[in-house]
Amino acid sequence: MKSTLEARRNFLLQAGGLAGAAWISAQWPAILAAAQHSHQAVKAKGSEAFEVLTPDQAKQIDAISSQIIPSDELPGAHEAGVVYFIDRALKTFASDTRPVYEKGLADVAKMTAELFPGVRTISDATPEQQQQIVAELMSEMNPRPGARRSTVAVNADFPQTIWIHTLWGFLLDPDAGANRDYVGWKVIGRDPAHSFSPPFGFYDQDYPGWQASSPETDKR
Amino acid sequence: MTDAKVTYKTSDEVDFVIVGSGAAGGVLAKELSTNGFRVVVLEQGPYLKEPDFSHDELQVFTLHQLTNNPALQATTFRKTPEDTAKPQPCVMYGRCVGGSSVHFTANFWRFHEIDFIERSKVGEIPGTGFADWPIRYADLEPYYTKVEWEVGVSGLAGASPFDPPRSKPYPMPPLPVKGSGVIFERATRKLGYHPFPAPMAILSRPRAGRSACVNCGFCLGFGCEVGAKSSSLSAMIPLAEATGRCEIRPNCYVHKIETDKSGRVTGAVYFDAKRNTHLQKAKAVLLCANGAETPRLLLLSASRQFPNGLANSSGLVGKYLMLNTAANAFAVFDEPINDYKGFCVSRIIHDFYELDPAKTGFYGGGGLDARFDWTPVSFATGALPPGTPVWGREFKQALHQNFTRTLQIFCHASSLPVERNSFSLDSDVKDAWGLPALRLTYKDHPNDLKMVDWMKDRALEVLDAAGAKTKWAYPVREQQFAVHLLGTCRMGNDPKTSVIDSDHRTHDVPNLFLCDGSSLVTSGRGQPTMTIEALAFRAADRITALAKRGELSS
Repeated sequence: MKSTLEARRNFLLQAGGLAGAAWISAQWPAILAAAQHSHQAVKAKGSEAFEVLTPDQAKQIDAISSQIIPSDELPGAHEAGVVYFIDRALKTFASDTRPVYEKGLADVAKMTAELFPGVRTISDATPEQQQQIVAELMSEMNPRPGARRSTVAVNADFPQTIWIHTLWGFLLDPDAGANRDYVGWKVIGRDPAHSFSPPFGFYDQDYPGWQASSPETDKR
Repeated sequence: MTDAKVTYKTSDEVDFVIVGSGAAGGVLAKELSTNGFRVVVLEQGPYLKEPDFSHDELQVFTLHQLTNNPALQATTFRKTPEDTAKPQPCVMYGRCVGGSSVHFTANFWRFHEIDFIERSKVGEIPGTGFADWPIRYADLEPYYTKVEWEVGVSGLAGASPFDPPRSKPYPMPPLPVKGSGVIFERATRKLGYHPFPAPMAILSRPRAGRSACVNCGFCLGFGCEVGAKSSSLSAMIPLAEATGRCEIRPNCYVHKIETDKSGRVTGAVYFDAKRNTHLQKAKAVLLCANGAETPRLLLLSASRQFPNGLANSSGLVGKYLMLNTAANAFAVFDEPINDYKGFCVSRIIHDFYELDPAKTGFYGGGGLDARFDWTPVSFATGALPPGTPVWGREFKQALHQNFTRTLQIFCHASSLPVERNSFSLDSDVKDAWGLPALRLTYKDHPNDLKMVDWMKDRALEVLDAAGAKTKWAYPVREQQFAVHLLGTCRMGNDPKTSVIDSDHRTHDVPNLFLCDGSSLVTSGRGQPTMTIEALAFRAADRITALAKRGELSS
């Protein structure tokens, strides 16, 4: 796996032509500094230690997010390190959602006990039971179809919050401390490279070039 | 030119203070400083540069790195003036040096001749203030050309039979076709339409010390890391600064335009990053703060002399807001399109630009394009087929299958100017600086909803012609979120029905000028930035001529 820094350098060096190269050359110290900062931040974020969550809370969150994006023949939320992303989120930009998690996990524990007497938390449940618990949890969640923005609304409830945090942890650029080893992007088929050249896919590979007209348009 | 960046004292009376450094402000800063004037640009947001940009959706969309932050700048929404407005995020604009031109998609169509004279051609439309512009396409044509060559637009002249006349070809060939463009081009031709390479404000070749596009795929919402997107930040601001006469002053939140006893403006009052207040003195003030913040600033500048707000004798400041209507349709294809690679749009049609109201039953028109403007997270939240589970194995499988195979057709279309649709001040809600919040009042004119629904059906037909097996579109809904901010201080010859004249000078205050989306009289067909920049180049010529004739001096 190429480092973020290396991928970024290669991307910038492919920026095209002498003028681009000159620009990069002039800007490179600043770019390097920014990228190194980001890289260090990612490394620091990759720590296995939790800063906000207790080990028990972390297990429960891992269990829930692993139902939202399960692991099968392809990696899921667990392999992407979503729980670590959420821990950092609760320490930093999403610290205001800590009470949402505290109450939400308590509600899930209650729900678990009601559905499966004797099972203490969702992380103690079997995979089938976990699926039923999350189905119950998500039953009220109905994200607006076609919603482009991926922010958490003020006063969002626990299902909404853990859902979007799981998506972030799985799909954001690893520079955000998410999507470990790009596993989320591997699942969706997004090449992590920073630059691309045509043809980009199946349908443009045999494109003959722009033609001003065609028999159909001429008729019209 | 010089490398030494100039700084002015606030007590220095510069020739122009420009509020806002976006599409219009950047052009005016470059032009006026090049013409020998001393200019200070006051920008609300930070001065970020290419190395500060990344592909981090969290920074961009959630933490608002490049745009206004609703947590600091509360906004409220109501459908009609009779409703009570409720706090909700309802407007987005660029809040950094370069403004919205930093994060925009970069579609750069010219308006067509009809856009300037449509009222005369179509006639009155009930419930609207539909009007002709005081200028014509021919007046703007040289400036459209200037935008293409100086800011940098890729395209192919003559490729669309619907294009208005032009004096010069594009300076660069179009960007490469994408898979979505190929599918769209073949399908639209099958239906007898006229697809053409999309004009984009993105460099297809290195130019003026800037890199060509590297097709990284993080375009809409993001700053360009290689300067290929022709933002004011990349294309205009460096030239303005290089004159040695233009200071770009970031993190300055202007909240009042100062006036003297004679009714002339004397400068702009702003909070700096530490919330200290300053007055930057100037001989003339240009507001280029966008179609929401320019009228807000005029209304915030109310005084005993101007009780309804500055330059508001017409009562029209903030009114006739037009957002452009939009719809989209999706399809999933069998093979990977990989439309996430590259810029957003490569093919477009303008066959519906000028529809005949007698045949369709509604006024207006628009364009269709094939585009991909989804990031991995936004795709997961908004671009999967209706009914797809939102969690679990089927959700993951849909992401796995569809991300690389989804094609979107976007319909962009006109909005009518309705006086009740507006930006105004909401004194019940304050921003983090204690100022009245921006209030959006908006209800789409029924004509516009009909028209965009018709466009959506055409988009679905194109997907059928493309052989799509799975396709969908969501019902057209009334808008409650503003991105294109148009018409709120519109241009006109009559001071009773407009706010600025055709020189962008306010009718009421001789040394106050407005130039941004607020100046537009009609909404075009959905891609206003090219026209805003052409207006800014023209305004610079007009203002320079006025200044040289001594008309801006007291």
